[in-house]
Amino acid sequence: MDWFLQQLINGLALGSIYALIALGYTMVYGVLRFINFAHSDVLMLGAFSAYFLAPAVEKILPLPSIAGALIVVLLSAMICAGIGMLIEFLAYRPLRSRPKLTVLITAIGVSLFIEFTCQHPAVLGADTKPFPKLLTENDLHFGGLVIGSNDLVIVGTTLVLLASLWFVVQRTKIGTAMRAVSFNQQAAALMGININRIISFTFGLGSALAAVAGILYAIKAPGIDPLMGVQPGLRAFVAAVLGGIGNLPGAALGGLILGLVETYAGGTPGLSNYRDGIAFAILILILLFKPAGLLGKATVEKV
Amino acid sequence: MLTRQLFILGSLGILLSGFTGCNKSGGDTILIGEFASLTGKEATFGTSSHEGTLLAIKEINAAGGVLGKQLELKTEDDQSKAGEPANVVNKLISKDGVVAILGEVASSRSLEAAPICQENGIPMITPASTNPKVTETGDYIFRVCFIDPFQGTVMANFALNTLKAKKVAVFTDVKSDYSKGLAKFFKEGFTKAGGQIVSELDFNGGDKDFKGQLTAIKSAAPDAVFIPGYYTDVALICIQAKQLGLNVPLIGGDGWESDKLVELGGAAVEGHYFSTHYAADAASPKVTAFVESYKKEYKGKVPDCMAALGYDSVYFLVDAIKRANGTEPAKLRDALAGTKEFDAVTGKVAINAQRDAVKSAVILQIKDGKFKFLETVNP
Repeated sequence: MDWFLQQLINGLALGSIYALIALGYTMVYGVLRFINFAHSDVLMLGAFSAYFLAPAVEKILPLPSIAGALIVVLLSAMICAGIGMLIEFLAYRPLRSRPKLTVLITAIGVSLFIEFTCQHPAVLGADTKPFPKLLTENDLHFGGLVIGSNDLVIVGTTLVLLASLWFVVQRTKIGTAMRAVSFNQQAAALMGININRIISFTFGLGSALAAVAGILYAIKAPGIDPLMGVQPGLRAFVAAVLGGIGNLPGAALGGLILGLVETYAGGTPGLSNYRDGIAFAILILILLFKPAGLLGKATVEKV
Repeated sequence: MLTRQLFILGSLGILLSGFTGCNKSGGDTILIGEFASLTGKEATFGTSSHEGTLLAIKEINAAGGVLGKQLELKTEDDQSKAGEPANVVNKLISKDGVVAILGEVASSRSLEAAPICQENGIPMITPASTNPKVTETGDYIFRVCFIDPFQGTVMANFALNTLKAKKVAVFTDVKSDYSKGLAKFFKEGFTKAGGQIVSELDFNGGDKDFKGQLTAIKSAAPDAVFIPGYYTDVALICIQAKQLGLNVPLIGGDGWESDKLVELGGAAVEGHYFSTHYAADAASPKVTAFVESYKKEYKGKVPDCMAALGYDSVYFLVDAIKRANGTEPAKLRDALAGTKEFDAVTGKVAINAQRDAVKSAVILQIKDGKFKFLETVNP
């Protein structure tokens, strides 16, 4: 029983991270109808921003502390928002009128470009670096069960960000504009919406989310390297598709499912070797029987 | 049209450069090739062994070289990545024309390069690859370190006799030949000596979340956990094991020995044990002399076992070149195979029929962020 409950806790903590990353994927997809594969690399850049910012912030605010951690996260999110907008401006905007496939391939190119540039010793270097402590850890014990305070922070952050994202998209003016752009770009432009600004904003927001996710991921596993985004990025992409890409609650649900499956499979002797296979088998089954994803609505794709 | 002409010219250029680059060795230098993970996941291993190698070359050249010739080292970085060793070793042999190859620390990557050296008849000496399969590739492949069956058995005996562990869990990196080999021989040795393996789980090198597996290990209630992995993964595993309240000794092999283990793992790696090739604080004159000159060369850095093995691999090769009285590959191979008593920093080395080094191992404990010498185990 302890085994089962402890795995539930582990799985929810891991799933929340995937959910948080998947939110960024799904939001950009929702607006632009294409997968921004560089999302997972912005996540890595977020973690590295925090790595370099932490010593500077520590001079003003002591670390680990909640205030200090918040400042580091906010600054990193701002840096990554800028990076995200820059990527969109340089790599995706010039291709906006081209076929969707061109943009998709460019996205993969951007992702590889960031990964391999950063691995160069003169940039970040390929070796693993110890991530600074941003928050004090207090593990809660319930009998044999352990809940890490970091895990609670991760789950809490994901919930708050999911709610605020939902609020932005559904209840604000800019969110309405995002949905309009997603529905029909030409018509939205005719209605006086500045398409470039909306898309830029979407990328900025998505990249800020990636930065937060990257920092939380680094807090969970305090060793960071330029390829750290690849594996969680892939999982989050699967999660977004699983939940119904373009759908915010769907991304969260997909992330949780994936985290739980991975943890339970990983914790079962004999299966631990196959946990990736199991996760992807679920994806294939979902796509076969419910192609729009768990919470997605079936629509006709115009690509 | 123009582009096609350019393309043809370009490919001709590449072909030509391939032909003209052959065999720069000879004259008054001996060209030795080295491939190492200078960047990437196992970068600290690669850099350490590379630094040891450089130091040895420098010392030998300063003392007048070998057979009146200076040694020249050509180093290639394989970025700790599968696929790269084949590229760089092919280049070292066919383009640069090296007389012997030194490398790699990681067994998986040595296994990739070994068939190429074997095919070309160029002796290869790996400083630190402990998987038995490496030298099984062919009669041109040697090593200056002990092999996994020995290291696995050493740790099995250590767990049973020193730690008094009866039930042990094994946590293996399925992506690494090193880890799988070590796990296999640990399990054999431990069960043969009367111990019990209570849980076996796997991870993928490079994973960041191990809590699923560690929870399962914890519920099997082992007395110790054997984790044959590399330091980056091991550090994260130790952190998460501590969080989950898995408070038993964690033990491993030479893949643990890196300052990064302590840097990443901090308090979580304290008190755990691993076996390795040598201890910098062991009191033999050979070790002390090596540690001194290494410290002088690299700003006071204490050499780890990879540095010592890299250093030994050069002297081992040079010893054979002297006895072969030249660098003719077949003669050099025979001289290497005929090494009976070579006095290395990491202990006395004899090469057996499988071209493996027969030598002793040491067990270290992590204490106050440092590696403390515990005991020596002879084969």
